Amino acid sequence: MAHKSIFMSMLADDRGGKIFLSLLAIVTIVLPLLNLAVAQDSAFHISTFTITLMGKYLCYALLAIALDLVWGYCGILSLGHAAFFALGGYAMGMYLMRQIGDRGVYGNPELPDFMVFLNWESLPWYWYGFDQFWFAMLMAMLIPGVLAYLFGWLAFRSRVTGVYLSIITQALTYALMLAFFRNEMGFGGNNGLTDFKEILGFSLQQDATRVGLFVITALMLAIGYLVSRFIVTSKLGRVVVAVRDAEDRARFIGYKVESFKLWVFVFSAVLAGIAGALYVPQVGIINPGEFSPLNSIELVVWVAVGGRGLLYGAVLGAILVNFSKTYLTAALPEVWLFALGALFIIVTVFLPKGIVGLLQQMKARKVKEQKNESP
Amino acid sequence: MKALDQVREVMRRDRVFNFMAQGQHPVIKGKVDVSKDIILYLESVSVSFDGFKAINDLDLYINDGELRCIIGPNGAGKTTMMDIITGKTRPDEGSVYFGQTMDLTKMSEYEIASAGIGRKFQKPTIFPEHTVFENLELAMEADKRVWITLFARLTPAQNDRIHEVLQTIMLEQHAELKARHLSHGQKQWLEIGMLLMQNPRVLLVDEPIAGMTHQETEKTAELLTGLAGEHSVVVVEHDMEFVRSIAKTVTVLHEGHVLAEGSMDEVQNNPKVIEVYLGE
Amino acid sequence: MKLPCITGHLKCLLLLLMLCLSVLTINPVLAASGDEQFMNALQQLTAKKFNQKSQAISEIENSRHSQVKPVLNALLTGNLYYRKSDKVVFIVQKQDETFQLIDVLSDQQVAEVGKRTLKKISINNTLRSQLRSIIARVDLSDPNADVRRSAVQDMMKDMSLDAVNLLQEQLVIERSEIVKETIQVAIALYDIKSDDKATKLNAINALGDSVHPEANNLLKYVVSKDADGNYVENDLELRLAAQNAISTVETKLKIYSFAETLFFGVSLGSVLLLSAIGLAITFGVMGVINMAHGELMMLGAYTTYVVQLLMPNSIEYSLMVAVPAAFLVAGFVGILIERGVLQFLYGRPLETLLATFGISLILQQVVRSVFSPLNRSVETPEWMSGAWEINSALALTYNRLYIIIFSLIIFALLILILKKTALGLYIRSVSQNREMAKAMGVRSEWVDALTFGLGSGIAGIAGVALSQLTNVGPNLGQAYIIDSFMVVVFGGVGNLWGTFVAAMSLGVVNKFLEPWSGAVLAKIIVLVFIILFIQKRPKGLFPQKGRAGGN
Ligand SMILES: Nc1ncnc2c1ncn2[C@@H]1O[C@H](COP(=O)(O)OP(=O)(O)OP(=O)(O)O)[C@@H](O)[C@H]1O
Ligand SMILES: [Mg+2]
Repeated sequence: MAHKSIFMSMLADDRGGKIFLSLLAIVTIVLPLLNLAVAQDSAFHISTFTITLMGKYLCYALLAIALDLVWGYCGILSLGHAAFFALGGYAMGMYLMRQIGDRGVYGNPELPDFMVFLNWESLPWYWYGFDQFWFAMLMAMLIPGVLAYLFGWLAFRSRVTGVYLSIITQALTYALMLAFFRNEMGFGGNNGLTDFKEILGFSLQQDATRVGLFVITALMLAIGYLVSRFIVTSKLGRVVVAVRDAEDRARFIGYKVESFKLWVFVFSAVLAGIAGALYVPQVGIINPGEFSPLNSIELVVWVAVGGRGLLYGAVLGAILVNFSKTYLTAALPEVWLFALGALFIIVTVFLPKGIVGLLQQMKARKVKEQKNESP
Repeated sequence: MKALDQVREVMRRDRVFNFMAQGQHPVIKGKVDVSKDIILYLESVSVSFDGFKAINDLDLYINDGELRCIIGPNGAGKTTMMDIITGKTRPDEGSVYFGQTMDLTKMSEYEIASAGIGRKFQKPTIFPEHTVFENLELAMEADKRVWITLFARLTPAQNDRIHEVLQTIMLEQHAELKARHLSHGQKQWLEIGMLLMQNPRVLLVDEPIAGMTHQETEKTAELLTGLAGEHSVVVVEHDMEFVRSIAKTVTVLHEGHVLAEGSMDEVQNNPKVIEVYLGE
Repeated sequence: MKLPCITGHLKCLLLLLMLCLSVLTINPVLAASGDEQFMNALQQLTAKKFNQKSQAISEIENSRHSQVKPVLNALLTGNLYYRKSDKVVFIVQKQDETFQLIDVLSDQQVAEVGKRTLKKISINNTLRSQLRSIIARVDLSDPNADVRRSAVQDMMKDMSLDAVNLLQEQLVIERSEIVKETIQVAIALYDIKSDDKATKLNAINALGDSVHPEANNLLKYVVSKDADGNYVENDLELRLAAQNAISTVETKLKIYSFAETLFFGVSLGSVLLLSAIGLAITFGVMGVINMAHGELMMLGAYTTYVVQLLMPNSIEYSLMVAVPAAFLVAGFVGILIERGVLQFLYGRPLETLLATFGISLILQQVVRSVFSPLNRSVETPEWMSGAWEINSALALTYNRLYIIIFSLIIFALLILILKKTALGLYIRSVSQNREMAKAMGVRSEWVDALTFGLGSGIAGIAGVALSQLTNVGPNLGQAYIIDSFMVVVFGGVGNLWGTFVAAMSLGVVNKFLEPWSGAVLAKIIVLVFIILFIQKRPKGLFPQKGRAGGN
C-alpha cells in the first residue's frame, strides 16, 4: 500500500511520464502480437527486423535516461557514457561467446574462435565465470559501476568540474577504445565479439527469442524509468539539482557534494551497462567502435534534442534522433551528417530545453493567451 | 626533532589555550565545547593569493552567543576571513578553531557546515531551479548523507518548521515559486531563511542588507539581534547605520589585519580607523 | 624548344625564359669544345697497345666531361665497344643475341646490331685498377655528399693500397662529417688486415670512433672465435682493444638511438603543439571548447591539396603558398563559426562544445561531398623529402625537422602577436575582464571574432604541416582533436607556455614509451596518466592565476 502511494506520488505530476509509460505498454503488447500472431503476408504483420530495431531504440532510450541523470540533473556532462554502455555490452557479449561452445568455426569447446586464431592455449582468467548467465549480468552492472566509481571518486574528490571533466571522460572512453582494439586484451580486437548463437538456450535466430528480448528491454526501460523517476523526485534528486545549480551553496549547507555526484554517476553507469547488455544480443555484435567518443557525443545530442533534465525528454530524443538516423542513413546517406550537425547547432542555440521544453513553452503561451482573452 | 617540535608547539599553544594540544576532533553537532565562552578562534592566520596577502596575521575571537559586526574597506579581507572559517580557503598559517576542540583547518566544507557553522554569501546564492519551499527544505537541519536523503520524507514537524521560517522571511505566498524569479532582496531573505533552517551555532552573514528596503533592513536587524544569544552571529556590513543599530562590538579589518575593536563609538573615534576610511 | 607554358605563372615563365637563354647562348660553345676533347680521347681508346689506352684513359679523365663516368664504367665492365667500320665508340647493352648501341654523348640508344660488326675494347689488370681509382676519384669529387659517400661504400668492398691513398687525400679535404666517418672506416678496414700490430691497433681504435655498421661487424669479428674455438685474432692486446672499441661503439649507438627517439618525440611534440596552440587560444582566452578545431586543421590540409592542384608545376613552392592560404581559409571559416553560432553561446562552455561538434560533422560531410570520402594525396616537395644523415646511426628526416622549426616559428609569432600587438592587448584584456574591457571601449565582439579567427587560422596552418605527415582525408581532424585537448588541459588552460611544455613532454614521453610498450599502449598510458594528473592538478601544469570565481 505504502509502495503504491510512493509510486502514485512519483507519477502524480509527471504527465509526460504517464504518456510515455502507456505508449510503451501499448507498443510492448501490440508489436509482439502483430509479429507472432499475424500471418506473414498480412498488411498488419510486423517484421522481426522492425521489432529488433525497436528494441535497439529502447536500449538507446535507457542509455539516454542514464546520461540525463548525470547531465540533466547533476550537471556533469559526461562525454564517455558510451563506455559504460559498451562495457555492459561486452559482458553480455562474453556470455554469448561462451554459449557458442564448440559450434564455432574452429570447434573449440572452451575457447572462442578469435582466441584459437591467435593461438591462445587457455581461457584468460577474466573470462572465467562468464559462461554463467547470472555472473555475466552481474558483471554487466558491476564493471561499469566500479569503473564509474573509481573514476568519479578521483574526479569529484579533486573537484574536476565542467569542461575539464567532460574532456577527461572523453579521454577515458578513447583510451578504452584503443585498449579494446588491441588483440592482446582478449576481447576479439578489431572485430569484437560476434556470431552469437543462443541466449539461455534460446536461439537468437528465432523470432520468438527476438520478441522476448524486445519485451524484456521494454520492461527494463520501464523499470529504469521508474527508478530514475523515484530518484529525481526524492530529496536526493533535489540535492543533485541543487549541486548542479549552486555547488558551493550545497556544500555550505552541509552536503558532501562529491558523494552525491558519485552516487548518481555510478547509478547512471550501471543503468548504461544494463542498456548495453540488452543491446548486444539484439544487434548481434559488440566491437570497440562502441567506445568511440563520437558515440558518446551523439548520445548527448539525443538528450539535448529531447530535453535534458526531463527523463521522458531523454527517451523522446533518443527515439526521435535514432529513428531519423535509420531513415536518413538509408534514404539520403550524405544528408545524415549535415542533419545531425545542424541538429546540434539548432538545439544548443535555439532550444536549450529541447523539444519538450519547446512544447512546454508553447503550452504556457497558450494558457497565457487564454487568460488574457477570458476577462 | 619532530617530537621536540611537536612538544614545542604544544607548549606554545598551551600558554594560550590548553585545548589545542588535543589531536582528534569528533564532529558532533551541538557538542561544541564552549567552556571558555569563546566559540570561534582565529589565531595568527595568514593567507596570500599569488603573493598578495589578503589576510595578514589575523587574530579574532568570537564569544559564544555574541553578535559581532565586522567592517572594513573594500578588499580588507572580510569575505576571505569567512572563506577561511567555512573551509573554502585554507590558511597558509595560523589556526582556526570552533569551540575548544574542532580544528576547522582540517575539516572539509560540509563537515564544518554540519558541525554548526552556517554562512550567507555576499552575493546571494540560492538554488534557482528549486521552489522557495524546496530551498528551505534542502537547507534544513537533517542527516545529509546520500542514502538517507534518497529515502527521506518530510515529517509534519519539519513541514511546520519550514512554514515558520517562510513566515519569518515573508515569503509565505511565494513558497511554490521558483527561487530564480525572486527579487534581489527576496533572494537575500531566502538565503537568510536557509541559514535559519540549518539552525547553526554560528551564523556568518556577509552583507545581508544589500538590495533591501528600509523596512526590510529594520526587520533584518531585528532578526539578527533576536538570533544572538542562542546563536553567535558574525555580520559583515558596509552600512554604518545598520551596524550601529545592531552591534555591541565592532571589529575593523584593514589589509587583512584587525585594526581596531570595540563599541561603535570607540571604533568611530579611533584615529587609525578614521584615517583608513577617510584619508588616502 | 617547346615551352610547357602556363600563362599567369609569371615566376615559372621567367625561370624557363632564363633557362632557354642560357642554353641557347653559353652552353653550346662550352659543350662543343668539351665534347671535342672527350671524343678525341675516346678515339684513342681504339688503339692496340695498353699503354696508349692508359694514356687515353688519363685524357678522358682530364676532359672532365659529364659522360666520363658512364664511359669508364662501361670500359671497366667490358661494355665499351667500337664499330669496326668507322671506329666510333659506343656503350653497348647486350640483349640476348643483339647488341644495342648507346651514343656516349647523348646516352640515347642509336642502333641495334649484330655481334660481328663490333669490337670490344679490352683492358688488362693495370688498366683496371687505373680505371677504378679514376672512377673513385671522379665520384669523390662529386659535389653531392651522398654520391661521395656511396663511392666510399663501394670502395670499402675491395680495398687496395691505391684506394687507401686516395681516401687519405680525400679525408684532408672532405667537409661532410658522415663521408669522413665512412672514409675512416674504409681505411681502418684496410689497415686492420695489415701485419703490423701498431697499424692494426690504430685501425681498431679508429673503428671504435665510428658507428658505421661495417665497423661494428669487423670489431665483432676480431673478438670472435672460429669453428675450432680458437680466437680469430691471436693477439690478446688487440682483442682487448677491440672489446673496448665495441663497448664505446655500443655506448655511442645508445646515445644516438636516444637522440633519435628524442628527435621523434620532439617532432611529435611539435605536431601536438601546432594542433593545440590554436585550441589553447580559443579555449583559454575565450572559454570556447572548439570541437571543430580538428576539422579546421583538415581544411588547412585540403587547402594544401587544392593549392598543389592549382600549381602542379611548382610543387616546390606550393607550401609557401599553402600556409597563408590555409590560414586565411580556416581563419575565415572560424570567423563565420564565431559570428554565426558561438556569439550566442558565450559563458556556456558546454554548449559551445556541442554546437562546435555539430559544426565539425558538417565540415566533414562538406569535404566528403566536395572531395570524396577517400584520402587525397598531397605531394611532398623535394626539399622536404630525404633525411639529414648526421652519421651512419643517426638520420633526421627533413619533413620532421622542418615541422619542428615551423612549429617553433609559429609559436614564437603567436607569443609576439599576443604580447606586442594591439590585437594581443585587446585579446588579453577581454580574456581577463570582459566587462571592464568593454567599458574601456574595446569592441569585444570584434575581438572575439578575431581571436577565434586567429585560433582557427593557426589550426589551418597546422593542417598544412599535417598534410606532409599523414593522409589527408575527412577524418584527419578527429584523429588529432582528443590529443590536442589533452595537451591544452595538461598544460593549463590559458597558458601558451604551458601548452608548449605539455606538447613537448607528451610527445617525448610517448615516443620513449613506444619501443617499450608499442604505439597503442603508449598512447593509452599517456591518456591514463593525464586523467590521473588532472585529478591531482585540476587546472593543469600551469594554472591560470586569479580569483577562481568566488561568491
Ligand atoms: N581567490 C582569490 N584569488 C586572488 N585574490 C583574491 C582571492 N580572494 C580574494 N582575493 C583578494 O583578496 C583581497 C580581499 O578580498 P575580500 O573579498 O576578502 O575583501 P572584502 O573585505 O570582502 O571586500 P568587499 O567589502 O569588497 O567585499 C582582495 O584584494 C581580493 O582581490
Ligand atoms: Mg566581501
